[in-house]
Amino acid sequence: MKLPRSWLRDYVEVDLEPAEFARRVTASIAEVEGWETIGADWDPALVRVAEVLAVEPHPNADRLRLATVEAGEGPRTVVCGAPNVAPGQKVAFAAGGATLIDGHTGRPARLKLRAIRGVESAGMVLSERELGLGDDHDGILVLPADARAGEPLVEAIGDVVFDVSTWANRADLLGVLGFAREVAAVTGKPLREPDRSHGDSGRGVGEFVSVAIEAPDLCRRFTASVIEGVEVGPSPPWMQQRLLRAGMRPINNVVDVTNYVMLETGQPLHAFDYDLVRGGELRPRRARPGERLTTLDGVERELDPETLVICDGGGPVGVAGIMGGGNSEVSATTATVLLEVANFHPGAIRRASTRLKLRSEASLRFEKGIGPELAPFAQARALHLLERVAGGRPAAGIADVFPDPAPAPRITLADARIEQVLGMAIDRAETRRIFAALGFGTEERAHACEVTPPFWRPDVTRADDLVEELIRVHGYERLPATALRGALPEAAPRPLEQVRERARQLSAGLGFQEIVSYTLTSAEELARVVPSDDDERSRPLAAANPVASQHALLRTSLRGSLLTAYAANRRHEEAALRLFEIGVEYLPVEADLPHERPVLCAALGGHRGGRWARPGPERLDFFDAKGAVEALLAALGVEAAFTPEEGHGLLPGHTAAISVAGEAVGVVARAHPEAAAAFGIDEPVFLFELWFEPLARALPERPDYAPPGRYPEVRRDLALIVPEATPASALLDLVRAHRSRGAVASVEVFDEYRGAGVPAGMKSLALAVRFRADDRTLGERDAARLEEGLLRRLERELGARRRG
Amino acid sequence: MDAGGAGIDELRAQALAALAEADGAEARADWRAHWLGRGDGRLTLRLRALGDAPREERAALGKELNELKALLEREFGAREEDARTRAVAALSGEAAPDVTLPGRPWPAGRLHPVTQTLNDCVAVFAEMGFRTFEGPEVEWAAYNFDAVRIPEDHPARDMWDTIWIDTLIKGERRMLLRTHTSPNQIRAMERSEPPVRVIVPGKCYRQEATDATHEWMLTQLEGLAVDEGVRMSDLKGTLYAFARRLFGEDREIIFHHSYFPFVEPGVEMAIDCFLCRADGSACRTCHGTGWIEVLGAGMVHPEIIENAGYDSARHTGFAFGVGIERVAMLRWGIEDIRHFYQNDLRFLRQF
Repeated sequence: MKLPRSWLRDYVEVDLEPAEFARRVTASIAEVEGWETIGADWDPALVRVAEVLAVEPHPNADRLRLATVEAGEGPRTVVCGAPNVAPGQKVAFAAGGATLIDGHTGRPARLKLRAIRGVESAGMVLSERELGLGDDHDGILVLPADARAGEPLVEAIGDVVFDVSTWANRADLLGVLGFAREVAAVTGKPLREPDRSHGDSGRGVGEFVSVAIEAPDLCRRFTASVIEGVEVGPSPPWMQQRLLRAGMRPINNVVDVTNYVMLETGQPLHAFDYDLVRGGELRPRRARPGERLTTLDGVERELDPETLVICDGGGPVGVAGIMGGGNSEVSATTATVLLEVANFHPGAIRRASTRLKLRSEASLRFEKGIGPELAPFAQARALHLLERVAGGRPAAGIADVFPDPAPAPRITLADARIEQVLGMAIDRAETRRIFAALGFGTEERAHACEVTPPFWRPDVTRADDLVEELIRVHGYERLPATALRGALPEAAPRPLEQVRERARQLSAGLGFQEIVSYTLTSAEELARVVPSDDDERSRPLAAANPVASQHALLRTSLRGSLLTAYAANRRHEEAALRLFEIGVEYLPVEADLPHERPVLCAALGGHRGGRWARPGPERLDFFDAKGAVEALLAALGVEAAFTPEEGHGLLPGHTAAISVAGEAVGVVARAHPEAAAAFGIDEPVFLFELWFEPLARALPERPDYAPPGRYPEVRRDLALIVPEATPASALLDLVRAHRSRGAVASVEVFDEYRGAGVPAGMKSLALAVRFRADDRTLGERDAARLEEGLLRRLERELGARRRG
Repeated sequence: MDAGGAGIDELRAQALAALAEADGAEARADWRAHWLGRGDGRLTLRLRALGDAPREERAALGKELNELKALLEREFGAREEDARTRAVAALSGEAAPDVTLPGRPWPAGRLHPVTQTLNDCVAVFAEMGFRTFEGPEVEWAAYNFDAVRIPEDHPARDMWDTIWIDTLIKGERRMLLRTHTSPNQIRAMERSEPPVRVIVPGKCYRQEATDATHEWMLTQLEGLAVDEGVRMSDLKGTLYAFARRLFGEDREIIFHHSYFPFVEPGVEMAIDCFLCRADGSACRTCHGTGWIEVLGAGMVHPEIIENAGYDSARHTGFAFGVGIERVAMLRWGIEDIRHFYQNDLRFLRQF
């Protein structure tokens, strides 16, 4: 909202500098987002108010005139091209040397005086444009009549316009008067209410208009007044200036008064041309199905029965609380004005304006909730102004239908509650002062106060609302800072989050960079990593109103995000990439919130680091990915099993399922080259995924612990020939499970070989086996017998032979 | 007489000459075995043969031989010491690398700056007894809005532009991407009785155009404390601790009046600008006001306390919600929020 300081000053003294004013307002009332200073560039000595004394034709030019002006230094002659200059006007006058906005270039320039068509000019009469007030360059700016000739222009019409953001529950702050009331409360200055006095013609308003509310659930109050003999024309300069500064365009004096009073009080008003209101009656009622109305913006709108319309004897003439109809608009020929000031159900206005996709200054105020008692106040104020700016005589009285006035609410505010909520007391004198300044009625009780909020504050319904009123005006800087007291809640175990966060730390520790991707993706990206026959993952939830088409679907896999980030970084990174993300897969559940399944997904690939800036010749491979998984799971205290697996977008033969204690907990794979290519990756790239739900279940409460062996191990290296199809894990599992002569064996693979010296269809695996007993040091003879026994078993069960 | 029978002086001269010629560790070891070896070192043999010497010479000869042995051992030790010193000198001399050359590349992983910032925030509140709790990102409109006092026809809904889920349940759109973590106030209170002291981190979503300070996906941390005797001054104290831990021990905070339907009173918390220290310059961060808005907070609305089945006359609470990206931007001087989710390593590696 634009809040001109000059307007605010009608109701309350404002003597603070703009920055300090903004600080105080932001602290207690509403957020000041900035301000604009009008007239800061006007030199007070050179740019002044002048009165036009006379206007004569220019002797040498038809389109120019000579104006005699008084700017405090005696009459001066000015050459003027504006068509609207006239004697008696107050105008803005610049003497030579003043800095003005050049009408042609739009940039600041110093005014140089010279003879125009042979006549010396003593200065210049200014338009809006030259003052930087607007674009109007056709005519001079006519100042309000109360401006004093000779006074610096900045004092006459200079201003500060604050840009204020107000709250969704405070319609009163959308009126300058309501704002002024708050400023008065905060600064301790008195509030002056605007003049609402007016005369009347002696004819009762009932002779002109009848009002009936047909939908009292949507229309809480409806008032109407009539003013005869108006002369429609431009409103006076002071009013136009205020409307412009508040961000509204002047239309004509009648419409301007309705807008002015709305901006002043927060109460929307609507003016009809009385002679176009059929039957002299106004009836708010629900629209009939299919009923149509062309609103003032020229759009024909279809209405529905949940929308309230204002009807005359012939049908709809306005959408209640949102916009009037074009059929009864005030025009240059209007002689009698019918002024509607009503109060509508806030929710109904909001619903209707949402359905019609039509937000107006009126609907923005009504939907926040306005007290019905404001209507007669605004009526009186508008009639006062109409009398002055449009002439005319109001009919006596106001037609007023107010079927169900609610009694003013009374709220008990116990002193103890203030302290209970705030942690500080506010003394009675201060609470009385604050409530009075904000217009709240109070009755003192022992240890409590009975408070009646004013009608313009329907948002205040409970004691705690009153506490807020007190502390914000009293000042939050007075609120002490204390430490929470009391018992701590019990800490529930969170095994899933624990393993997830541990995995996050470990992944970074293993050299993976954490990324965070948008969780909404496209069908195209998802299809590259999710098979179409996966019922859960290929039917993702969709956003009804996505921010962009590439973010339309909730991802059911993180693989696409990782590969996208991999490809994007590959464009500028030469070295190996190791990325991981922890997030959820959004798996749809019928008629319920989706299952948000937490996973870790990682992608890696590229050339292993060399000694120097250039990457080395060797690429990361499947075993780097698997090694990372093994290291990660080992650090979590579990041993994983890997079995060949296949998966969508993964390269067959290069994919392994990861399981822990029989639970599938993830997958490690090389991305299928075609899937990788779809993301723009043309090198081997590897993925692994860990699923935290099964992993958390499979985690032991504590790692298996055994003290370090007291006796040394004996190492025997075995080179074995096995059928090519025999997985290494079969040999390893056998060795690890082998028990003999009170000894156990641990084993590592140190070579795999195919080729010369190994028969076709076979491969050679070199194992480093370490035997260890818990009760003795194994001697050479023990070791030899253990080795023989193990070899016999390997041959018997897996067809492994010692390589000759 | 063989060498073994040589005179002591001759023996000394031979041994020292041989030692002087013994170059390298191996030659020195050979010299030692030859002269001082336990089994058949020449001096050892001579000492062992001492018994064969005439009785009257035996004592004098023994003394001389032992002195010679001590001398040779000393000389040998000195040569060894000298060799070690020279080897080390060579290592740090001609064999020394240029330590200004780059190290061997080591895969360096880091946590995302939002994760780091979130973890730091969580740690501050955890120390004050706040338990972490998480809720769903896809949320019921009933929780996201209605339960926190934002009914459908209230203009407060305009404060949150919502991404809705395009799934109809009983003919209505009921699911959305949560616009804030505040519905978890309700979820936390549904799960337990007072005292409640939780923080709820998580992603939130807004249907809005992005620019340097707006992103449609964001990370929030919600805080909630409900118990008998929880006061707004406790909120201030708690947020003081937060602001000082995250932004420096000399930080000041202020509250501004604000409006959120689920709190009463409602405030915005700002910290004093640690960049310009309100020196009157055209500070980009605080816009010259000297204060930087950081988060929204307030006392939990009594209606929400009541809806949780608690007694609003006894139980009071505070809540706050902080945008983690904003905190990260402030602490590291990041100028554009859109960097966070582009996953560009050139950005991520700096944190």
